[in-house]
Amino acid sequence: MTWWMILRNSLCQHALSTGVTALSISLATGLLMSIVTLEKESMKSFTTINSGYDAVMGSRGSELSLVLFSVFHMDKAPGTLPSEEYEYLKGPANKRYIKRAVPIVVGDNFRNFRIVGTTREFFEVAYQSARKHELITPGRMFEETVQEAVIGNHVARKLGLRVGDTFQPYHGLVEGGEKHETDYLVVGILKPSNTPADHVIWIPLKGALNMPGHRVAAATDISAILIQFTAPTLGAEFAEKVNKGTRDKTVAMIAPTVTRFFLRFEWLGVLLSGMAVLVALVGAGGILASLYNTMNERRREIAILRALGARRGTVFSTILLESTMITVLGVIIGFAFYFSFVAIAAYYITQASGVVINPLQFNWVMVYAPMVIVALGTLAGILPAIKAYRTDVASNLIPQS
Amino acid sequence: MSLLEISDLRKSFRAREGETQTVLDVPSFSLKTGQQRALRGASGTGKTTLLNCIAGILSPTSGIVRLDGHDLATASESQRDALRARCIGYIFQTFNLLQGYTCMENVLLGMSFGRGPDTDAARGLLDRVGLNHRLHHRPGQLSVGQQQRVAVARALANQPLLVLADEPTGNLDPRNAHEALQLIREVCEETNAALLIVSHDPMVLDQFDDCQDLAELNHAAQEVSA
Repeated sequence: MTWWMILRNSLCQHALSTGVTALSISLATGLLMSIVTLEKESMKSFTTINSGYDAVMGSRGSELSLVLFSVFHMDKAPGTLPSEEYEYLKGPANKRYIKRAVPIVVGDNFRNFRIVGTTREFFEVAYQSARKHELITPGRMFEETVQEAVIGNHVARKLGLRVGDTFQPYHGLVEGGEKHETDYLVVGILKPSNTPADHVIWIPLKGALNMPGHRVAAATDISAILIQFTAPTLGAEFAEKVNKGTRDKTVAMIAPTVTRFFLRFEWLGVLLSGMAVLVALVGAGGILASLYNTMNERRREIAILRALGARRGTVFSTILLESTMITVLGVIIGFAFYFSFVAIAAYYITQASGVVINPLQFNWVMVYAPMVIVALGTLAGILPAIKAYRTDVASNLIPQS
Repeated sequence: MSLLEISDLRKSFRAREGETQTVLDVPSFSLKTGQQRALRGASGTGKTTLLNCIAGILSPTSGIVRLDGHDLATASESQRDALRARCIGYIFQTFNLLQGYTCMENVLLGMSFGRGPDTDAARGLLDRVGLNHRLHHRPGQLSVGQQQRVAVARALANQPLLVLADEPTGNLDPRNAHEALQLIREVCEETNAALLIVSHDPMVLDQFDDCQDLAELNHAAQEVSA
């Protein structure tokens, strides 16, 4: 009760400096936890999303572009492949390696949402563990040869499209291209999968290839082929064979490519974490400075407490507890910042890529970062506490004018 | 047996020039339980130093200060702190109330390091000094006389054996000074606490049958005046 009374009183008396210091601690806590969590969770989310496939084959070019384009529907295709490649891939020569190959064609959009042509086989693959894409009822999968569409859940919500609606695609990956004068009928809407598939309008491959307005010469070209291997080791062997043995094709292993991409930006996480640590140090320095400065005006108060029987150790502990409490207060507010930062970032990541990051996902940084920051704040209180400990009672009982 | 026994008490300070200056030299002094004594002393006679040595705030340079059987001169600082919290109530000329705390909290803090905070007892003490309607006011919201009453209540918070009062009426007008003195004497009588009061105010000193001149008691003060 005594400690609480002294603590509460002191914090209230110096409310402004307490608030500002706690705020800087909270920003440091929030930033540090957000940076680490976003880095880890986004890497985890991106590397686990592969649509159920191991690799992707496309025209010779950047592996990352190929993966981003065909799995995350984000980048541009490095080029196209003749449809013979798809036939060859499924042929007996590659039977040892290839378990499944699904072609995709990308080149049109409807109100900035990509239209991807593929076969119904795409939806037969479990995109995560045993989870397969399902349709909301009423609805059905498109027919392979007609102008029908199944749309991702996010697209349906954003555009307000329902089963039975029709739309006309536009050429190009973003709005502004030439309109294809052909109606596509929405026959199904996918249930939310929290994958990039939610952000796509799916049409049959032949419907995409034969869309009026496309070049006749390129009518059989495909953008990429998603591949499932018979075994992981054989997958690596096949990728090496294609990448080293041919000049016009690239096979990109999805998970390693995404991991390499994130590792390339690891320095950014370290840099941002370093900046958050600096903010924490500034906050701890703020605690030290503000407490140390108040020690002069609190000399008489300390002397009175000592005259009432408070021991030096009690005074020392009270100041230390005060710095700890300011830090704890900052850390608590920091959690509010953290959840806000991560929720906002997760929203924008989902909007941009369809990848879902759970802001409430437990991460060890939520334990060790607050502990380290509280320890830092407590350490910052040592110097002011020593000053309080050394306060001379007799001379400070007399009012100083 | 005396509650307070002092023998050959000396307190010296090192002056800035490096010389040692003795401000207190008391060969003998004692006080019994429940006894009320006033010490007459002008400024510079070492009265605050004497009270601080008795309270254990200052450690004597030599001699014995025995309170309730414990020698404060040889006790460690933490032992002196504990003894002060348990056995001594101190009323200061400037009251030394904690400004950020309410009357109630000031009294509770007075208890905290001794017998422990007791809200009912604190309320009872403030009621006794006539401040039951000011429990949650801060010192700045009280008159000077009321502040002195809070200081009295706080000094008695741990049911001390000895109450030390350093010029307790020095900041009060005559009417408030008279009332405050009466209050201090009454509550000390009620709790059988000994009272040692130092003052240079004749109005205060005239009310005590047992009154002693500090200049006679403190040989160091005699040397200075000589």
